[in-house]
Amino acid sequence: MQPTYAKRRHRRLEEWMGRTFAGICGWLIVLITVTMIVFLAAKGIQSFTDSGLSLSDMLLSAHWDPNGTPPKYGALIFIVGSMLVSLGALLVSAPLALALAIFMNFIAPKWLVSLLKPVLELLVGIPSVVYGWLGVTLLVPLVREWFGGSGFSLLAGIIVLGMMILPTITSIAADALANVPKAYMEASYGLGSTRWQAISRVIVPAAKTGIATGVVLGLARAFGEALAVQMVIGNTMRLPSGLDSPTATLTSILTMDMANTINGTPWNNALWTLAFLLLLISFFFIAVIRLVGQRKER
Amino acid sequence: MTARMIDKVWTGIFYAVAAAVIGLLVFFFAVVLSKGAGFWQPEFLFGRPSNTQAGGGIGPQLINSFYLLGVALFLSVPLSLGAGVYLAEYAKQGRIVGMIRLCLEAMASLPSIVVGLFGLLAFVTLTGWGYTLLGGALAVTIINLPGLTRICETAILDVPASIREGSLALGATRWQTLVKAVLPAAIPQMVTGVILAAGRIFGEAAVFIYTAGLTTPMLRWDADWSSSAHPLNVFRPAETLTVHIWKLNSEGIVPDAKLIAAKSAAVLMVAVLLFNLAARLTSSLLARHFSGSRRARRGPMKRNKAA
Amino acid sequence: MWSKRVKFGLAALLMTGALAGCGQTDNNNSSSAGSNEGGAKKEETYSGTISLAGSTALQPLAEEAANAFMEKYPDVSITVQGGGSGTGVNQVAAGAVQIGNSDVPAAEKLDDKSKASELIDHKVAGIAFAIVVNDDVKIDNLTTEQIQGIFSGKIKNWKEVGGSDEAIHVINRPASSGTRATFEKTVMKDVKINDAIGTVQDSNGAVEQAISSTPGAVSYVAMSYLIGEKKNLKTVKINGAEPTVENIRTEKYPFWSYEYMITKGEAKDEVRAFIDFVKSEEFASTVKQMGYIPMTELE
Repeated sequence: MQPTYAKRRHRRLEEWMGRTFAGICGWLIVLITVTMIVFLAAKGIQSFTDSGLSLSDMLLSAHWDPNGTPPKYGALIFIVGSMLVSLGALLVSAPLALALAIFMNFIAPKWLVSLLKPVLELLVGIPSVVYGWLGVTLLVPLVREWFGGSGFSLLAGIIVLGMMILPTITSIAADALANVPKAYMEASYGLGSTRWQAISRVIVPAAKTGIATGVVLGLARAFGEALAVQMVIGNTMRLPSGLDSPTATLTSILTMDMANTINGTPWNNALWTLAFLLLLISFFFIAVIRLVGQRKER
Repeated sequence: MTARMIDKVWTGIFYAVAAAVIGLLVFFFAVVLSKGAGFWQPEFLFGRPSNTQAGGGIGPQLINSFYLLGVALFLSVPLSLGAGVYLAEYAKQGRIVGMIRLCLEAMASLPSIVVGLFGLLAFVTLTGWGYTLLGGALAVTIINLPGLTRICETAILDVPASIREGSLALGATRWQTLVKAVLPAAIPQMVTGVILAAGRIFGEAAVFIYTAGLTTPMLRWDADWSSSAHPLNVFRPAETLTVHIWKLNSEGIVPDAKLIAAKSAAVLMVAVLLFNLAARLTSSLLARHFSGSRRARRGPMKRNKAA
Repeated sequence: MWSKRVKFGLAALLMTGALAGCGQTDNNNSSSAGSNEGGAKKEETYSGTISLAGSTALQPLAEEAANAFMEKYPDVSITVQGGGSGTGVNQVAAGAVQIGNSDVPAAEKLDDKSKASELIDHKVAGIAFAIVVNDDVKIDNLTTEQIQGIFSGKIKNWKEVGGSDEAIHVINRPASSGTRATFEKTVMKDVKINDAIGTVQDSNGAVEQAISSTPGAVSYVAMSYLIGEKKNLKTVKINGAEPTVENIRTEKYPFWSYEYMITKGEAKDEVRAFIDFVKSEEFASTVKQMGYIPMTELE
């Protein structure tokens, strides 16, 4: 039953080729990521190396006027706008997502769970252009009726984004809850608690790191979403004075101006710097997720 | 008794939230489908678009969307399968896996507009291709790689250890075990994941605006292969359906631009729905097929000997 | 071509094998059968590939012209890309396309004047813009001063310009937009637009959507975009003049500009023929039908 020499050599070659292919794929991912960072960083620092803009002006000034004399590239409005709209979306979305996750894991009858899962997948699948379009045609007029003004507002952005990140947070939170050992629930029942008490005092605290991961990931998604937000937020160059006031975000200024400016001009360079800033912010979110994860391991 | 009351109230709230989310989805579909009524007409689905007159179709855009999806899957499935295999089977736990995982997470959290801008630099300007279908496929591959890799990895890890051990015990090499025993068992889960990812590629817009471009040449099947008019040439600009919606809503000057956009949105929603149904159907079919034949597959060497 | 293609290793790694045979749309393959340059005579035939990119305002016209031109000369293959005027100038300066479409002359977009001198602007059509308002605004004429007051934020209510008591909602295009550049140059002149009021919409379509759904809204859009029936919005005369060709020629209506096709160096062969075709008498009626102003009527 011993394989012949040729067969063994063939096998070894096969093994080697398979392993090499898998290895190349794995390392390609590292390569692509590093390439992207290098590319965007190289473009992003041109504002400072070529166009002589100052980093502190860019991050701390709210004066964005690329056509002015002298031109001004203060991006504070966009940074604050992005933060407010993403955090707002999180406030809307996270409680709903958590409720849904709990519902699917502990309360809903089986048929309802098998209905909810595809519903969430479909919500993820709806293209963001369609979300934006629904936002403009349905939501913006509603906001105008409630609050006056134009309707294009921080609030409209928050609601649209909140809906878009709901499935993300829900699915991760649901996984986290499902990983809580069954015994916890049973022990809690055994001690005479109601279902709600068991969920709120035992299950959710036990799954809190997983839920936190979902929340941060949702925040990262919200930060990076471009087209839908740009369509409903109004894109006005000012810090918002309230929920009903329009403002602009990092992604909205990028979608509006990137294609219309010329390579190598300070204006275009400043936009690339904002794109690089978006990248850095998403890395920051990953760092947060990792920290949360590490706490769990300890 | 109050504790029980609170429990009842919260149960009610949970039901309400779930009902609201389902209601929302149904509402979205109702709005989009009713505004885009008539999207099923063949002259719309397969007709040529017009710049000047009402009544144009979305034929080329539909072809582009599907062809681009095909190319993107052709690029990303082997890649992510390889990476998933590497992570699940070969990479030494510890630093290397940690590094690849970090990169995957970093890629996963990239805003799609950043990937689009990267694609503009790398695949459009640097390569000198201009706006091409291939550039769009490469860019969207970057977006989908992390998700697909995770799908492949978990599918492989979810394969029961007994299958793997059985094969190894029969003297198969690691690679043989993987190809003949582990992967077949992991396929149903992978196919589901890939189809769902396909739905997402189909609905992506921001990336394609910067990479695949905003127009389509006049497509002719009799054109030369190297000509940008040949539908299968990947080095041609390719406006996808999502980009078409975006363009019509922003700069469309056709009299019925809004209606075409609404109909295209309806087509997109139906496509996403079909992708979901397909995923469900294939996974249950495949699961039945493989669970039925699993016993036979447990001894992959049998087949080998026969050969 | 090969070396260019291999530059991005990832792509090459996966695809070149399969695609070695089918090259890209060759950018520099400008072979022309007819050797006589210039005069685009009917008997002459052209072949080769032309690619255009740039202005979204000019794109529909360029696409239509491309279709008509390709019907006339089946050996020519033309692709038209959008991307915005900036992209158009970028791509033509980099040699990535033969023609860059732009709403403004190349020199106005480029800071580097030495680069600009290589580029040649060809005026191919005129385009008129109109001030538009939501149709609940009871006004049909505005003077230049009134418009300047509204967009600089000094005038905040329609009753200040003779309308009913209703807040004005200003909608602008982004600072990099060609339409906005024309608006600033021809209407606002020295008065600065106040970006901290109102909202900004990315495109003609988004502006139209916002105007028609927002009471008291005012903005500006290209006339080519107002072809066909538009609900809930109406155009307003500027200084008593309607946006007609007649008024533009007699300088009564200020709010218009040329659309440019930009080439790197003098246009040759099929590129020259295509640009001449867009400007020609033959194509003029289509230009007009699409809401642009043919060059034949402006010169």
